[in-house]
Amino acid sequence: MIKATIKPLEEIRALVAPFRRVLTVGCGGCVSLCLAGGMKEARELNIKLRALQDPGSEAVFDDITVERQCEQQFLAALDSRVEKYDALISLACGAGVQFLAERFPHKPVFPGVNTQFVGVTLDIGWYEERCKTCGDCVLGLTAGICPVTMCSKSLFNGPCGGPQDGHCEVDPNTPCAWIAIYERLQQQGRLDSIADVMPARQWQGQTPGRILHPRYRDRYVHEDGNDT
Amino acid sequence: MKSGSRLERILKAGQFALTGELGPPRGADADAVRGKARHLSGMVDAVNITDNQTAVVRMSSLGACLIAMQAGLEPVYQMVCRDRNRIAMQSDILGAAALGVRNILCLSGDHQCFGDHPDCKKVFDLDSMQLINMVKTMRDEARFQGGAEITVAPKMFIGAAANPFAEPHAFRVTRLAKKIAAGADFIQTQCVYNMERFCAWLAQARDMGLTEKVYILAGVTPLKSLGMARYMQKNVPGMDVPDDLINRLQGVDKKDQAKEGIAICCEQIQQLREMKGLAGIHLMAIEWEHRVPEIVEKAGLLPRPELQAEQV
Repeated sequence: MIKATIKPLEEIRALVAPFRRVLTVGCGGCVSLCLAGGMKEARELNIKLRALQDPGSEAVFDDITVERQCEQQFLAALDSRVEKYDALISLACGAGVQFLAERFPHKPVFPGVNTQFVGVTLDIGWYEERCKTCGDCVLGLTAGICPVTMCSKSLFNGPCGGPQDGHCEVDPNTPCAWIAIYERLQQQGRLDSIADVMPARQWQGQTPGRILHPRYRDRYVHEDGNDT
Repeated sequence: MKSGSRLERILKAGQFALTGELGPPRGADADAVRGKARHLSGMVDAVNITDNQTAVVRMSSLGACLIAMQAGLEPVYQMVCRDRNRIAMQSDILGAAALGVRNILCLSGDHQCFGDHPDCKKVFDLDSMQLINMVKTMRDEARFQGGAEITVAPKMFIGAAANPFAEPHAFRVTRLAKKIAAGADFIQTQCVYNMERFCAWLAQARDMGLTEKVYILAGVTPLKSLGMARYMQKNVPGMDVPDDLINRLQGVDKKDQAKEGIAICCEQIQQLREMKGLAGIHLMAIEWEHRVPEIVEKAGLLPRPELQAEQV
């Protein structure tokens, strides 16, 4: 899932300083599971923002948390509430912040978290990156270990000449992805799968991505080829 | 002839080749390049011009290549994947070829975190293997990586690096084979200090028939001091400096360590010359270009072969 971290309090405070009535919008999706942007974090942030208020300030910090900020149907719940606020803080990932801003284009929307990566939960409060969403998965060739994400140089034909004691030259705490790929493939008797040169990539994601699921495609694309 | 470069002709003629290295300066200082070039002129067959090595910003390899050529050297244009995408790389390759550069060394590049701009965005659009293949396609098929035709193909002698000392050791020769399959004409290796391991790697390459397909030049770097030897052993990724070399330098007076380092280097070159399947030496005297004439002479590598003016 998407992993995020809460922005420094000072940064958030500076973003919303000019506004009197502020609504902090939590997200019940990915960011709540990594303890960055859920209901609890929305309330906690507001408590901290109130504590930093100048004496006599009339600023109001309210909160509301929706199921997911990346779905229209859940944002609809905010339509009747947003009007009385001067600004919104979204604790969703970057996609959620933008979707919120798109729905309420007349309201300033500020991000409260930094979206970090697509990753896994190793233990409570311990998250690690596993996917760069590159759009053309090679995990089938690389023993289920992503060279784009896990190799510091994103090499498709590693390992480079730098690993030390099984670790990446960049950081002694980071295992070398390509040694791991090699060892796992060897264990599975599949070293053949990295025997050939992996050709230059057709990088995707150079323009904003779009997926139209084949089952629903007809709903959104007209016969003349133009979108709805 | 693939490129007609001096290096290619020497290797093709079966002569034991010697390449050197020149690190461009941290400024727009052409005289610094010329100064280093003077020490290397006539001493080596070609000179690698490094590309922002250790991710520290320096004069561009291409700029320094041109100055080196004007000073009478034949450059090996080093290009790393860290800083450019395939458009910039191909454009620079065309520019280099048009200016008369005939050798290129394709590298992944040191990670930016080691350099003076650790917060920069890394590129790695291609890796070294894919870069080798791109240059080969440009040269042999007169096609860009994207498929379009090239009007005048860049005739480059294509080099790649290999590190026989890095893990996983069993995969290193396979990786060499991949670089050859991708299009490498010559290989320059990581600095050899562990002779035994290098010998084993070369034997494996020989057994697989790889030394028939590619010219391998063994990397050699003279140790200037005990401090440098220790630093290389502990801090340089992928470097294998055995303890007996450290002990040997420790055994001489500090003021004699440079001399001892050069003696070690010459002995290494002698040992390497005896190895079957080795096509030459790549002498990387890091910020020690002025000692190259002494090393080359003591190692018995002079005079360098003379070639007919043009045999392309």
